[in-house]
Amino acid sequence: MPLELLKYGLRRGHKPYGDIPPTPDLRRSYDVVIIGGGGHGLAAAYYLSNVHGIRNVAVLDKGYLAGGNTARNTTTVRSNYLTPPSIAFYKEGVELFETMSQDLGFNIMFSQRGQLTLAHSDGAMRSFRLRAEMGKHMGTRIEVVDAKTVREICPHVNMDEGGVHEVLGGLWHEDGGTARHDAVAWGYAKRAAQKGVEIHQRTEVTGMTVRDNCVTEVHTDRGTIIAGQVLQAAGGLNGRIGEMAGIPLPIRCFPLQAMVTQPLKPFLDILLSSSNLHTYLVQSSRGEVVIGGSTDPYQLASTRSSLPQKEALATGALQLIPFLHNVKIMRQWAGITDITPDFSPVMGSTPLTNYWLDAGWGTWGFKATAVAGKRMAETIATGRVPDILKPFALDRFERFALLNEMGATAAGH
Amino acid sequence: MKVMTCPVNGPRNIAEFQWLGPVHADGAPEGRELVKHLFFAPNPMGVLCEWWRHTPSNTVFIAERHLNTDTILRTYLKGAEANNASGAE
Repeated sequence: MPLELLKYGLRRGHKPYGDIPPTPDLRRSYDVVIIGGGGHGLAAAYYLSNVHGIRNVAVLDKGYLAGGNTARNTTTVRSNYLTPPSIAFYKEGVELFETMSQDLGFNIMFSQRGQLTLAHSDGAMRSFRLRAEMGKHMGTRIEVVDAKTVREICPHVNMDEGGVHEVLGGLWHEDGGTARHDAVAWGYAKRAAQKGVEIHQRTEVTGMTVRDNCVTEVHTDRGTIIAGQVLQAAGGLNGRIGEMAGIPLPIRCFPLQAMVTQPLKPFLDILLSSSNLHTYLVQSSRGEVVIGGSTDPYQLASTRSSLPQKEALATGALQLIPFLHNVKIMRQWAGITDITPDFSPVMGSTPLTNYWLDAGWGTWGFKATAVAGKRMAETIATGRVPDILKPFALDRFERFALLNEMGATAAGH
Repeated sequence: MKVMTCPVNGPRNIAEFQWLGPVHADGAPEGRELVKHLFFAPNPMGVLCEWWRHTPSNTVFIAERHLNTDTILRTYLKGAEANNASGAE
């Protein structure tokens, strides 16, 4: 291999190396049309083409590949949720991340460094105990730790002894980690495209023809296509796409803002978050400290940023790690999260027979990229919703069988 | 600084306000309407009528806001839509 690499490096007349083929012309019909070329849509395309042998697939995206929430999230992968159906689902998600680089032959830079969530109140400690016991019961690595152990795991944390935000303990989730978000999307796109999946970038869905409880045609700004099956995985635009199919969704849009500092030498080797301060920090492999928090305080469908939200993030970050006070913010951004009333996603079947949902991911879609893609591909290929997805069905709201995960956010939205 | 106009206190920093969610029709919904009322909140790419509260003065009022542009079109007290509306930012 090194010799091959040397020969490759010294060869003249290199051809540019492209993982993702350019957008082809739209064909008249596809077996499966996936609306949304983010991580979830591409992962579904990968599993359809590589596992289920369904290769006549088109992935449509309004913008460029993985340019929405796949590009804007803060790359946390974890399974420390509260309800058994969620923990089972996200546990499978974390396990898929563990082998993803090998499975795809594409380095997604998965770093399973553990996530530490701090408690600054007795109430937070109580809820952590519940989450830890649920997690242990479901077989994930999670435990409640005391203040002394917090200091051992993360010596840089400001314990604020006697202060307003004194650290009383934490929730230590060893399975937690981080991965390179773009690489996850590119890896799936590359392997899907090799099997014949067509990725249509800058192709906006403008409407759908629905006949006899069935989507027959998908209209785009590049032409109309006949669709066998349709998967909706459109991130912040899920509400809008759902309307086109005539399916009202229990979704509201909120911006979620984040930012990164200038690069620093490695000092933070875990994912650090605080539910009371609505802030979390992770140091990327480039050394930048990624700072994220809760969603904006009111509903909005714009990716604009706001100073008060950035100030809140900075305040939380400085409370946790005061020596960041001289560090400059290098970039900041926002994404549109599609939030459901119980903070759990909506996956599976719809009133339409050939239309499948992968929506309502709100603030934690990235960690489920692999498992949602895998299970949605299985659903489409077999026409049957697997047991692990059934609790996330759209009709749970009519049955009042909600799956409340509001308290399991990394930053307590 | 983003400014919102309180119908009682005039233009104030939006940090002084609390968002309370969309205005629903009065009355107790039942059956499917109840499910819709509880879980299927409006999420338009357009103007939404919503409750806001000016927290220091505890003034609860209605604002019409565009959800794409975050432009506050009008704010008014309940029942005073026609006469007491104050225009935006």
